[in-house]
Amino acid sequence: MHKMTIAELDRGLRQGAFTSVELTRHFLARIDRYNPRLNAYITIDADRALEAAERADSQRRSGEVGPLAGIPIAHKDIFCTYGLKTSCGSRMLDSFVAPYSATVVERLAQAGVVMLGKTNMDEFAMGSSNETSWYGPVKNPWDEMRVPGGSSGGSAAAVAAYLCAAATGTDTGGSIRQPAALCGLTGLKPTYGRVSRWGMIAFASSLDQAGPMSRTAEDAALLLQAMAGFDPRDSTSSQEAVPDYRAELSRDLAGLRIGLPKEYFGAGLDAGVAASVEAAIAEYRRLGAEIREISLPNSPLSVPTYYVVAPAECSSNLARFDGVRYGHRCQEPRDLLDLYQRSRAEGFGAEVKRRIMIGTYVLSAGYYDAYYLKAQRLRHLISDDFRRAFEQVDVILGPTSPTTAFPLGDKADDPVAMYLNDIYTIATNLAGLPGLSLPVAQAGGLPVGLQLIGDYFQEGRLLNVAHKLQEVTDWHRASPPGFE
Amino acid sequence: MTLDRSDVEKIAHLARIQISEAEKDKYVHDLNGILALAEDMNAVDTQGISPMAHPLRMVQRLRPDQATEPDRRELFQGIAPAVDNGLYLVPKVIE
Repeated sequence: MHKMTIAELDRGLRQGAFTSVELTRHFLARIDRYNPRLNAYITIDADRALEAAERADSQRRSGEVGPLAGIPIAHKDIFCTYGLKTSCGSRMLDSFVAPYSATVVERLAQAGVVMLGKTNMDEFAMGSSNETSWYGPVKNPWDEMRVPGGSSGGSAAAVAAYLCAAATGTDTGGSIRQPAALCGLTGLKPTYGRVSRWGMIAFASSLDQAGPMSRTAEDAALLLQAMAGFDPRDSTSSQEAVPDYRAELSRDLAGLRIGLPKEYFGAGLDAGVAASVEAAIAEYRRLGAEIREISLPNSPLSVPTYYVVAPAECSSNLARFDGVRYGHRCQEPRDLLDLYQRSRAEGFGAEVKRRIMIGTYVLSAGYYDAYYLKAQRLRHLISDDFRRAFEQVDVILGPTSPTTAFPLGDKADDPVAMYLNDIYTIATNLAGLPGLSLPVAQAGGLPVGLQLIGDYFQEGRLLNVAHKLQEVTDWHRASPPGFE
Repeated sequence: MTLDRSDVEKIAHLARIQISEAEKDKYVHDLNGILALAEDMNAVDTQGISPMAHPLRMVQRLRPDQATEPDRRELFQGIAPAVDNGLYLVPKVIE
């Protein structure tokens, strides 16, 4: 039953083919068996998972329940979970037990999900390979010598290896979409403000968004339905009404205008990835969509712009980790300065320190205009590119990542080479637009992700466009060998 | 603009991160690599373009000035490295 989608599991639970307790035990057994190899989970919470499963089963016996009731999922360890360790992949928070739960966690709990545990991630969500975690790298179930992508690499590996039915992720520059692509999943980064950021440990507050990682677009729709919506506790939460995402899934694609940005198909794109994307474009033509070439002329600037804006916000957000109120504190500090400096030196890993230092520099007196303000002006141009594109097309399509999963260690010592992985995903974060990655034909035995980008609050459209492809293809049904 | 060891020391101090002598050269190399990437921004003239701080052009919501959160000091101090009598402890600041 571990290979079933949420929609299929829900049918099984409704028909009484199995209970949530049985399902939860089954996933916990798989975690015991496979997690030591993959390192996808940081924390496993079997006791409370089984309690939640019993609650879901008993609610089901006594009345009508929603489509997520009793479904075992995992949360990225960036979401605060009351009474449970929330590490954010960092030594800084290794002993941090959250005193409250994130809105995303609460909403999904209210919908009846069973939380199996918390998944591994790049430290403070800074990375594209899950190699910066204090808890060690996560292995890609498709090839354990390769990375699962990042920063939501633990969530991606856990779903791909059937160690949960679905998982949550967060995406600041591609951290849901890129690992979804590299592990063969459907992953959605919603419009900025669609899902509450309350209780989600902040990296870059003007870019961060939470979203679902699942086997299918239909499952992503079910999860987003529970996650999305206004939250008064998040000052940037949108009050835009939440549509019925599942109802939008089956809309016909005849006449849909799909734009291919020529900048996303140029040098640097792996030939195998390009061929897989072309095969998906051919399917969309058969489904009646109209394919047009478009241009996002400023998109080559999105990587440099992001690697100024995101570190700037990170240096400000991570200033809170001072060794005073919570988190790691160094032994026997000489004075307050020593307390701050050593606690932070010991608590943060290399990539986090690099980004804090870059952010500190670009915000410092004398350099602010040349770097930070310049990046914000470019952000405007990048955003305007999309605005013009959506006057001509309904959805933008391209690859999610320039390559398939790369070998562990390949780029770990070269931050700039690592940053270039995000070349197709970053612009949507800078603009605040929704983006979705879905698996298409494999290249060299490894998953390939197709990215769809929509206009603001068009998550329903993206899920619809992804679902229609999944109705006529079985690329999303592929299983990593050894985890069936 | 290229950073040298003394720039890295200044930045590390501003960021309140202790770095060892041995780490300094590595930071000089890494930070200069990232800043070289950032220099690519200069390919485009942005004169007259307004800076975009936020993806949605929304105004900040206001709420009535009323206390809504309960006192959870004990819970929050339960995860602090060092507290005494409801106070967070740090090394002596004033002699």
